[in-house]
Amino acid sequence: MSAPLKPLPAWADVALIPLVNVAAAFVISGFVVLAIGENPLAAVQSLVLGALGDLEGIGYTLFYATSFIFTGLSVAICFHAGLFNIGTEGQAYIGGLGAALVALHFGFLPGYTLAVAAIIGAAVFGAAFAAIPGYLQAYRDSHIVITTIMFNYIASAIMGYLLVNVLRKPGQMNAETTPFRDTALVPQFHEMLAHFGITWPVTPFNLSFLLALICCLAFWLLIWRTRLGYEIRTVGANPTAAVYGGISPARVTVITTLLSGALAGGVAANVILGDQHRLILEFVGGFGFVGIAVALMGRAHPVGIILAAILFGVLYQGGQALSIDMPKISRDMIVVIQGFVVLFAGALEHMFRRPVATLLARRTAQPPI
Amino acid sequence: MEWFDAFIVVFASGMRLAVPLILACLAGLWSERSGIVDIGLEGKILVGAFGSAAVATVTGSMWLGLLAGVAAAIVVSLIHGYASIDQRANQIVSGTAINMVAGGLTALIGNAIWSQGGRTPQLPAEAQFGAIKWPFVNEIGALPIVGPIYQHLISGHDIVTYIAFLLVPLTYWALYSTRFGLRLRAVGENPAAVDTAGISVRRLRYSAVVICGILVGLAGVYLALGQTGYFQPHMSAGRGFIALAALVFAKWRPWPALATCLLFGFLDALAIRLQGVELPVIGPVPVQAIEALPYILTVILLAGFIGKAIPPRASGIPYVKER
Repeated sequence: MSAPLKPLPAWADVALIPLVNVAAAFVISGFVVLAIGENPLAAVQSLVLGALGDLEGIGYTLFYATSFIFTGLSVAICFHAGLFNIGTEGQAYIGGLGAALVALHFGFLPGYTLAVAAIIGAAVFGAAFAAIPGYLQAYRDSHIVITTIMFNYIASAIMGYLLVNVLRKPGQMNAETTPFRDTALVPQFHEMLAHFGITWPVTPFNLSFLLALICCLAFWLLIWRTRLGYEIRTVGANPTAAVYGGISPARVTVITTLLSGALAGGVAANVILGDQHRLILEFVGGFGFVGIAVALMGRAHPVGIILAAILFGVLYQGGQALSIDMPKISRDMIVVIQGFVVLFAGALEHMFRRPVATLLARRTAQPPI
Repeated sequence: MEWFDAFIVVFASGMRLAVPLILACLAGLWSERSGIVDIGLEGKILVGAFGSAAVATVTGSMWLGLLAGVAAAIVVSLIHGYASIDQRANQIVSGTAINMVAGGLTALIGNAIWSQGGRTPQLPAEAQFGAIKWPFVNEIGALPIVGPIYQHLISGHDIVTYIAFLLVPLTYWALYSTRFGLRLRAVGENPAAVDTAGISVRRLRYSAVVICGILVGLAGVYLALGQTGYFQPHMSAGRGFIALAALVFAKWRPWPALATCLLFGFLDALAIRLQGVELPVIGPVPVQAIEALPYILTVILLAGFIGKAIPPRASGIPYVKER
């Protein structure tokens, strides 16, 4: 076997390798575009223009990014505890149920406390739905990956049943609830700016974005500045050592999955309370899986997650413009890029380590002239 | 007798719905028994289905389609193998990536070529696998009890269905009665011991990954060329994950895998049959409850309430040879 690698310098580890990995994902995606018979550079131009070319595009980009920050954080917090939560999708979906139930039945709450209560409802339902796989992982030794996959489908079945048979607005064909009252809604930025006389194009970009940023800060404080965060990271690094340190991995597992489910509920705040203003079928639409790519790309750090979420926001919004400019490149391209990011930044993250290390070693070994 | 005939019809439909599950489940069994966890079955079914439908559309030959579908699934399997075996990747992450890339790429290419939103054109009947009629089907079919069983359950399926059912005893025999099978199971339990015996862990695991690709590719071929006659984006509709659930439910054993897949297929057929039916007492049947039953049963099993599902000991753990 080959000799063990020398450790890379810190800057290469933190910045260079992740960048190389993500670059590889985009280069391969470029080849896919080329194979379809379109110009990759023109595609990138169309994509970026669609996402960032005007205020409307930026609004939509940040609206998508908000959802991705929530799902990214949800997946990332589990990464820190050494858990792989594939269930963010289903937890966000059930979170929507919590938001809708509060918004529809707690109308007696004064003013915008209703919106706050609905957001809490989303977080609680998301957490409760994550609690079962978390408990089973912690105390019944069943693997969280398998159980959360199952729970995504169970969530889908529950919501399908409830929306079609129970929650549907009477006399309505579509499986959706009645619209929420105004005080249950998370205000959109264009409405708020209108109060100050600033006109901003109508986009679903709403205050949930600030909530997402607050969650990022709280995430950072929790993971790196509190005892619980230390326990989470210790369990993730070495559960056996954690036990010797007086930490209960089972307890930490349950708490982490609860937090993860609550963060997933943020998607409901953004999409249901901030945009749709009623509960609809399949509103999560794969955002939970984007969270996996975001968390891997952002290396489970809030700053990285914000950057990765905005990048995916650009891809989702720009992908729409791209599919109009180049009909051959449907929006499925975005899922392909997402997959390649997970492949190169996640599964094959060490593939470029050896070449990069060799390259760096050769450069530093050159004798001074 | 009427209920019996109705039962046979539902069971036969369940059998057909179980075919892709059986193939994908056996694929997962081979892979996971060698220590490679595979949650990318869903994506590989799609790749197999797309490859076979695309090539059958272009060439008009179902056999070339079958080869292409299986070959495409093997390629994707090898990517998972490379990540899991040589790169020692997190196998869950790799499987997730494969599901995303496969789901997106098949729809993207299908749309780029045929411009029907990712759907491939409907294949003519001669480019699909047709039902094989067994001898004297009409004569024996007229008999009571034995007749419907012979007519609907034994006769009248396509070649892939028979292959799928034959693969169960074949897998059982290969895993439990051959040297290769013994080694393969050993590598999933204790790769270091296999390595000590001078057998290549890497080669065994790669063989398992290729077998997995062949079987799961067939599952896709069946969906495209056996059941529907076209490819449609995301037509696997979660079957890869149901197969995964069946694998856990069957505790990674071939015969229970067959039984579980038949059960899940039967539940699926029942859900379709009971759509909109009003039952006495219960009222309209909550179809979603029946659809979710495979997942709920698997979670209950995983929770340890009905026996214990213990995966192969080394599954999911990359093997690092001692330096």
